Amino acid sequence: MGIIKVKDLVFEYIRRDEEGNVEGITTAVDDVSFDIKQGDFVAVLGHNGSGKSTLAKHLNAILYPTEGTVWVDGKDTQNDAYLWQIRQTAGMVFQNPDNQIIGQIVEEDVGFGPENMGVPTKEIWERVEESLKAVGMYELRHHSPNKLSGGQKQRVSIAGVIAMHPKCIILDEPTAMLDPQGRKEVIRAVRALNDVENITVILITHYMEEVIYADKVFVMDKGKITLQGTPREVFSEVERLKELRLDVPQVTLLAHELGQEGFPIPKGILTKEELREALDGCVNVLF
Amino acid sequence: MPIILDKVSHIYGQDTNMPVKALNNINLVIPDGQFIGIIGHTGSGKSTLVQHLNGLMKATSGNIYFNGEDIDDNDFDKKKLRSKVGLVFQYPEHQLFETDVFTDVCFGPKNLGLSKKEVELRAYEALKLVGLEDEYFYQSPFDLSGGQKRRAAIAGVLAMKPQVLVLDEPTAGLDPKGRDEILEQIAKLQKETGITVILVSHSMDDVARYVERIIVMNRGCVMYDDVPRAVFRHCVELERIGLAAPQVTYIMKDLQAHGYDVGDDVTTIDEAKAQIKDYFARLAAAKKGNR
Ligand SMILES: Nc1ncnc2c1ncn2[C@@H]1O[C@H](COP(=O)(O)OP(=O)(O)O)[C@@H](O)[C@H]1O
Ligand SMILES: Nc1ncnc2c1ncn2[C@@H]1O[C@H](COP(=O)(O)OP(=O)(O)O)[C@@H](O)[C@H]1O
Ligand SMILES: [Mg+2]
Ligand SMILES: [Mg+2]
Repeated sequence: MGIIKVKDLVFEYIRRDEEGNVEGITTAVDDVSFDIKQGDFVAVLGHNGSGKSTLAKHLNAILYPTEGTVWVDGKDTQNDAYLWQIRQTAGMVFQNPDNQIIGQIVEEDVGFGPENMGVPTKEIWERVEESLKAVGMYELRHHSPNKLSGGQKQRVSIAGVIAMHPKCIILDEPTAMLDPQGRKEVIRAVRALNDVENITVILITHYMEEVIYADKVFVMDKGKITLQGTPREVFSEVERLKELRLDVPQVTLLAHELGQEGFPIPKGILTKEELREALDGCVNVLF
Repeated sequence: MPIILDKVSHIYGQDTNMPVKALNNINLVIPDGQFIGIIGHTGSGKSTLVQHLNGLMKATSGNIYFNGEDIDDNDFDKKKLRSKVGLVFQYPEHQLFETDVFTDVCFGPKNLGLSKKEVELRAYEALKLVGLEDEYFYQSPFDLSGGQKRRAAIAGVLAMKPQVLVLDEPTAGLDPKGRDEILEQIAKLQKETGITVILVSHSMDDVARYVERIIVMNRGCVMYDDVPRAVFRHCVELERIGLAAPQVTYIMKDLQAHGYDVGDDVTTIDEAKAQIKDYFARLAAAKKGNR
């Protein structure tokens, strides 16, 4: 069993009227199973309302399965006795940079998590320092969070999570509200945590370019995982992704459209270098 | 009805010990019928700027003219300005407040003093235009998904039939199809009715695709104001201020740097495709000629 295992997961939101009678049921996650290895970088795509956030909230015991089971580091999330261990193992970062930071000073905010866990003071400071360094925010440790840009705030939120020494970090559209620089900073920080610290990453995003670094991509639709594979495999399915209200990276799209015009270009081009090499090949065919 | 900003500055908290100069001496002319994009890093002053265009915020110094009239003159009709210049806020939650979506969209036209029939007709049209299905009309706007809330907020502004439509980051958090749908609808409306559209966006790819003019904000100042091709030529400077060029511009620059005779000022996929095809056609023709 990997760091996160989900088996036959179903989750229903139940709407009730004032008397408590059931008015309607939304099946937000519908029979999902997967097993994620420690150190994997998994990206989750899916249109608005496809169930991504609901799924993510199961991975650190914010929501519990209606049916099926979720294990985090081997622990069943439905067992209350594990709640704090699970939250510490799998930390979560949300979309809005403005409502995740509570401290008045950056380093204080990052220290809250370990402090609540009862980590000794000296070690708290060590963790704060290493976490802020890991996301490139150490220089700004004495600043007030409300003076930071969106990308900087998100990196402080990420530092707050990694100060708890998690094995896994789940990011629910962390770049949705950021400018291009902020997006780049956050993705760079996340990749470094994955590469250097071997922290498992689960990244939910609507920006296709952020996905090309992932080991694996899940595509959700109507609560189910409808497509999965490496970024190259998934982004080879240009038409299918469009049907699912998604997209492919711009370079993949350009390569795909050139392919349709008769250029012999392989499917699933992910970078500009790959496109150039493919075009070099086309030149060679011509001469 | 053109809008002119003449040396407009805005300072937040002027009387406090920490004033913030959010706009610094802005000069802009916004003629009728343009589709304009505003880009800039977070905190560069985009939202502050657009809230001046409909008189929601008052310039600390400088003047704003709407159709030749100074909007801060005592006898200027501010209410009329709000109906002519429609602003969709960055956070749609900030402008939805009625108990159901349809009533919410009716709010603006109702305030214009139109007949009930006309109000409802406009609300219905606006909701159709943004692609919000009938089943949502009588739901509370607060129960809608993020994408649906945006559509409802845009419909509320469209129902006023503004001459200038200002959208502050209308696609943040939407799935790619949702982004395209909203922008396509707005582009279509702009073409058909000739209204002015001002789009604040963090997506360089979207801006490149839809607008004819880009205003680049940096630290409260206008840094560039030009057609997309000319603005994105400054990609190094844009990166320095937290922005970027569209992805396709980098692809073409890379090809050019490796000996491909293609332009490096390409900003859309369609242009890139045309340039690459053209390059290969020339190669093929040269080969034939050599034979
Ligand atoms: N708190 C809630 N109460 C009722 N339904 C909800 C709630 N949150 C989400 N849903 C519904 O569950 C489905 C999945 O939503 P969500 O997990 O937020 O999707 P995503 O994150 O992919 O946009 C949608 O149909 C949504 O309307
Ligand atoms: N209500 C406010 N009070 C004080 N400062 C503000 C307020 N709103 C914005 N600012 C500041 O003004 C500057 C410009 O902000 P804003 O117009 O929101 O930029 P953008 O929309 O480009 O992100 C920023 O430094 C921001 O912190
Ligand atoms: Mg979500
Ligand atoms: Mg803003």
